[in-house]
Amino acid sequence: MSQRQVLQVFEQYQKARTQFVQMVAELATRPQNIETLQNAGVMSLLRTLLLDVVPTIQQTAALALGRLANYNDDLAEAVVKCDILPQLVYSLAEQNRFYKKAAAFVLRAVGKHSPQLAQAIVDCGALDTLVICLEDFDPGVKEAAAWALRYIARHNAELSQAVVDAGAVPLLVLCIQEPEIALKRIAASALSDIAKHSPELAQTVVDAGAVAHLAQMILNPDAKLKHQILSALSQVSKHSVDLAEMVVEAEIFPVVLTCLKDKDEYVKKNASTLIREIAKHTPELSQLVVNAGGVAAVIDCIGSCKGNTRLPGIMMLGYVAAHSENLAMAVIISKGVPQLSVCLSEEPEDHIKAAAAWALGQIGRHTPEHARAVAVTNALPVLLSLYMSTESSEDLQVKFAAYLCLKPQKYLLPNLENGNSKSIYPWGCNEIN
Amino acid sequence: MATLARLQARSSTVGNQYYFRNRHLNRIVTVIQKWWRSFLGRKQYQLTVQVAYYTMMMNLYNAMAVRIQRRWRGYRVRKYLFNYYYLKEYLKVVSETNDAIRKALEEFAEMKEREEKKANHEREEKKRDYQARKMHYLLSTKQIPGIYNSPFRKEPDPRELQLQKAKPLTHRRPKVKQKDSTSLTDWLACTSTRSFPRSEILPPINRKQCQGPFRDITEVLEQRYKPLEPTLRVAEPIDELKLAREELRREEWLRNVNDNMFLPFSSYHKNEKYIPSMHLSSKYAPISYKEQFRSENPKKWICDKDFQTVLPSFELFSKYGKLYSKAGQIV
Repeated sequence: MSQRQVLQVFEQYQKARTQFVQMVAELATRPQNIETLQNAGVMSLLRTLLLDVVPTIQQTAALALGRLANYNDDLAEAVVKCDILPQLVYSLAEQNRFYKKAAAFVLRAVGKHSPQLAQAIVDCGALDTLVICLEDFDPGVKEAAAWALRYIARHNAELSQAVVDAGAVPLLVLCIQEPEIALKRIAASALSDIAKHSPELAQTVVDAGAVAHLAQMILNPDAKLKHQILSALSQVSKHSVDLAEMVVEAEIFPVVLTCLKDKDEYVKKNASTLIREIAKHTPELSQLVVNAGGVAAVIDCIGSCKGNTRLPGIMMLGYVAAHSENLAMAVIISKGVPQLSVCLSEEPEDHIKAAAAWALGQIGRHTPEHARAVAVTNALPVLLSLYMSTESSEDLQVKFAAYLCLKPQKYLLPNLENGNSKSIYPWGCNEIN
Repeated sequence: MATLARLQARSSTVGNQYYFRNRHLNRIVTVIQKWWRSFLGRKQYQLTVQVAYYTMMMNLYNAMAVRIQRRWRGYRVRKYLFNYYYLKEYLKVVSETNDAIRKALEEFAEMKEREEKKANHEREEKKRDYQARKMHYLLSTKQIPGIYNSPFRKEPDPRELQLQKAKPLTHRRPKVKQKDSTSLTDWLACTSTRSFPRSEILPPINRKQCQGPFRDITEVLEQRYKPLEPTLRVAEPIDELKLAREELRREEWLRNVNDNMFLPFSSYHKNEKYIPSMHLSSKYAPISYKEQFRSENPKKWICDKDFQTVLPSFELFSKYGKLYSKAGQIV
């Protein structure tokens, strides 16, 4: 019968399309195939398949496009140039959840490369549909939408403002309260990327009531989630005193100190970053940190880490000691100075050494007692040798010179006399003079 | 010059002559001048004394004030600006807090370690148990010792004991899905011709045919597996409407994202409750249909149940078209 033959032709075509799009999606997972695919002109073909009648083909085509755009920014630009985005945005509103996940994946892959591409996504009106996806029932869709919003908001303040204006922040706060861990992670990282650009954006995040939920979730055992939450809190608190006070009011101390003992390096780093951002604003906040025993925990954390993970902890000690001499004395009695001089001598990287030198300077500059406490640990010869060595960078030498000049002569000279190495004494005097 | 000198000489002489001529007057004038000068001098002396006195008193006051200020400054600095003992206490408290925190963190880390070790241990145990169950055939028999039960050993390997204790794994049976509710349609499905019970073993091919006239097999099956013809009363339940309402309500509840009452986003942190509108919160509700027409007196009721509004159907209607008589059919 001719009707059946006609239908068979259509079936064959549909099978061929399905096979093609599935193979392309599979090939796009391997980086070596992508060049070939690009040269074969896969973009325009996938674009037509996006408008296919069969939903499975649409979803697989979107998935393949997402994988291609994920690979590098040329392909992402090609996606934008072929006018695929308006079609994606339009059908995002009405299709089922698999298509929504795939389309959000494409938007994320395009938006992550550069601010211009993210601006292109915002211009075609994707933000409203992504925010609608955030209200969806399925957690996978919410996760994909939140991820796309995160990558858009990451680049600069205007894009973050656009994301906030689309009304994403309250929905992200709702997403944080969902039971799925992956969704919580993505929502926390999105809030962190929104809040990091400016104080107004951070204030918007706080107004949506995010801080209370984030503070509750610090106790969650998942390491990646803790890492994102601590990063979000530190981005919020770094802008101003009021925001830092609001974060402190959410009763993060002393729970945050347990994060300093976590096995994961990033969790430790972000926890010490958070404490640093809180302590740097005013003496009262530093006092609060000291009273909660934060200094001891940070010093232990510095002792157990290596490399860049130590840096926020070292800077935190410097900030605390800089505020007043009582706090500097508190740092000294918490056995901070030996730890800092150990960091100074054993770290290979210049910027960590410079930070340790700065912190020691802030501790030692207040009174002769403080200077003596610093000198006792034999930090001064190390400092001078580093200053003199030719291989240390300009920045390092400038910092050391500043440190040595910070201390008045009457503090330093007696200590140099009492110090162990008599040989540096004449040289040191010359430098100071 | 010479005239000037002469003038000067003459003036002195003139003055001297003048003086010697008016000695009496000069003496009186000197007395007056003397008294006047002494008066002026006394006045001046008074002023000087006053000034000196004043200076002396001010110096005294200043010295006393300095004494007071010295004491006050020392007190103020010692008490408010740099209270040494308070600072010492504070530093002691800080170091104690630090020690407490350090100890607490150590305990926390140890607890985490222990938990992780325990979890690992349990996982290993489970894995070993599963392996023992899978490899139960490695158990030793009476004739042949197993690999864990070497005859050269004094006692068998602990793995042998584990194998003995393990229950062997059975083949995975296909899971039969349980039907939650038995409704009428399920019963109907069982009576279709497809559910004709087939025997597991096929009959032998060369069996002698049974003798005798047999009815047509399709007729027999039709009669045997006549589909259920439920009466009207059974086919549709009485409270179908209520069930349908429940179904609808359940479906709507499925679409809810959150069961909690709606809370405003921006003031979430203030813990405000949702304030319903006037219509919902008023105690004056719209009158129900029943109350419009009847006045009820619960004391006069003889039982708790209300009148039945839905009644079971007549049997007469279920027999329609199934009886042999042609009574009632339209010609």
